[in-house]
Amino acid sequence: MGSSNSTLSKIPNLGRLIEETGFTPAHIKRLYKRFQALDKGNKGYLSPQDFGSVKELATNPIGDRIIGAFFSQGQETVDFHSFVRILAHFRPLDKNRAKRPDSPEPINSRISKLRFAFQLYDQDNDGKISRDELLQVLRTMLEMQVTEEQLESIADRTIQEADLDGDNAISFDEFRKSLEKVNIEHKMSSRFLH
Amino acid sequence: MAWYIFPLNNLLCMLLGISFTVWFTLLLVFIIVPAIFGVSFGIRRLYMKTLLKIFEWATLRMERGAKERNHPLYKPYSNGIIAKEPTSLEEEIQEVRRSASPRELGSGGAAEFDVSDIFCFCRRGVESIVDDEVTKRFSAEELEFWNLLTRSSCHFQHLSLRLTVLWGLGVFIRYGFLLPLRVTLAFTGVGLLVVLTTVVGFLPSGRLKNALSEKIHLMCYRICARALTAIITYHDSENKPKNGGICVANHTSPIDVIILASDGCYAMVGQVHGGLMGIIQRAMVKACPHIWFERSEVKDRHLVAKRLSDHVEDRTKLPILIFPEGTCINNTSVMMFKKGSFEIGSTVYPVAIKYDPRFGDAFWNSSKFGMVAYLLRMMSSWAIVCSVWYLPPMQREDGEDAVQFANRVKAAIARKGGLVDLLWDGGLKRGKVKDVFKEEQQKLYSKTLVGNHEDRGRS
Repeated sequence: MGSSNSTLSKIPNLGRLIEETGFTPAHIKRLYKRFQALDKGNKGYLSPQDFGSVKELATNPIGDRIIGAFFSQGQETVDFHSFVRILAHFRPLDKNRAKRPDSPEPINSRISKLRFAFQLYDQDNDGKISRDELLQVLRTMLEMQVTEEQLESIADRTIQEADLDGDNAISFDEFRKSLEKVNIEHKMSSRFLH
Repeated sequence: MAWYIFPLNNLLCMLLGISFTVWFTLLLVFIIVPAIFGVSFGIRRLYMKTLLKIFEWATLRMERGAKERNHPLYKPYSNGIIAKEPTSLEEEIQEVRRSASPRELGSGGAAEFDVSDIFCFCRRGVESIVDDEVTKRFSAEELEFWNLLTRSSCHFQHLSLRLTVLWGLGVFIRYGFLLPLRVTLAFTGVGLLVVLTTVVGFLPSGRLKNALSEKIHLMCYRICARALTAIITYHDSENKPKNGGICVANHTSPIDVIILASDGCYAMVGQVHGGLMGIIQRAMVKACPHIWFERSEVKDRHLVAKRLSDHVEDRTKLPILIFPEGTCINNTSVMMFKKGSFEIGSTVYPVAIKYDPRFGDAFWNSSKFGMVAYLLRMMSSWAIVCSVWYLPPMQREDGEDAVQFANRVKAAIARKGGLVDLLWDGGLKRGKVKDVFKEEQQKLYSKTLVGNHEDRGRS
């Protein structure tokens, strides 16, 4: 019967997790329950197949890339901490968070959100979105609906507009600059209920 | 010294004998006899009202306790962890673009691919990882207040001494008194069903046999319903399914069968099982025709359809009972109906079943519990309270195909039962999404791009 704190006590390093991600204990508890629901077989970690059971993700054109974002380089599993850390990117900005010069960038800051989106494009992690990588994303988002030529012209035009140093690829800075006016905070944030 | 013990032994035996007799008499008078005649003393409803008052009191005490200690009482939201945006994909993408370049909108609205388009897909994807419409239908519904059952107390804390005592009392009553009573009844009900249907099976076919078989089935199912302390309210009984029709209902648990069959006679459809279920199935078939399929026959859709339509054409046979969702859903929504039963072309009698989760959650989570564990859980809950609505019969209209008909029936059931009508296939519990859904998303996105390309081409 106990108190619900028994769930929270199962999570190691809870304090650090709260500090890093900015989620409240209630959020973390909910996310833990979700983690357990996704973790078929009670392994204690998630594998790519567990994400496959989320049907709405399967219909999302970039679903595979989003799943990939949870697994850092070469990893086959994601534990609860990493799961929550990735989801923390989608917390709305904390408006009144004091900016301390020596504190690390909060996970849900504008820059972090941009970096997350950048990595969805830049699959080989070389710090640039090449023409090929852009084409790949376009292909998954549009597949049968447009011809290859149209895809290529879209890709070329996009690179033309964003590429400032002429290397035919979009670096993170160029990415950031081209999105200066876009309201990232709103589009890359979810409203977590209490 | 020995003769001192003898009277004591005697006394003990006498006491036991008397208590057993009293027990069985009470059982007979208050439960079995009313079941035979289909009447009710109203004891169960009184019980239900009392329980509700106790639950409300318990929740108020918890809230008070939480306030005193200044902790926010954690109230679960049944609509999820995050609040999803109601805007469609297209609107979102336009919004993002507009915020990026408000000036350019005037000059022909050159909307084409922008690197920011990925944000919308990305956020939706992550939101669905946190909370999606389908997965949450396959776990038990969350309650707004506590019903003194540990299994639903996962969100509740702050239990004072009084509440703990109350809970302890509840456990004692449920496991010490109700559970043995219910198990006895269950065995009685099932045993009577098997024995009596076998006996009736020896009679020659005719009106007497049918009438007797009806009475027997009804009686035994009513006893089983009482074995679960099922408090059922039937609405609109004038629409009850008639011979030659197909009765269609939403599926939450195997108990649905008992609930519907306590009020009317149906021909059941199902796979042949072994063991106890098999014995029951074989006995039932002796008294009146049910449709049991071998495992191998289930795959052959034509065979299935043929047997069902043969049964339906014979007006002397009972209406067929089918659950088209194909799997158990947690009673907050209705999922896709499989079109097989709607292709047969007879009248469909839809029935909506809605359980009240406050007294005991009837949903069978087959990945978490086996059948026996599930039944034990059911029998140790307070009660199973549900409402059954008989909807007016529907028929397939001209120009409507089986899928559309199925969706129409599903919408009617969802509306009547107060359930959410979902397009998703319950089979998704175990299987993969068809690619057709992914293409829908891609089409939607390309419309926002290619449409504009064509505009540019023209201008």
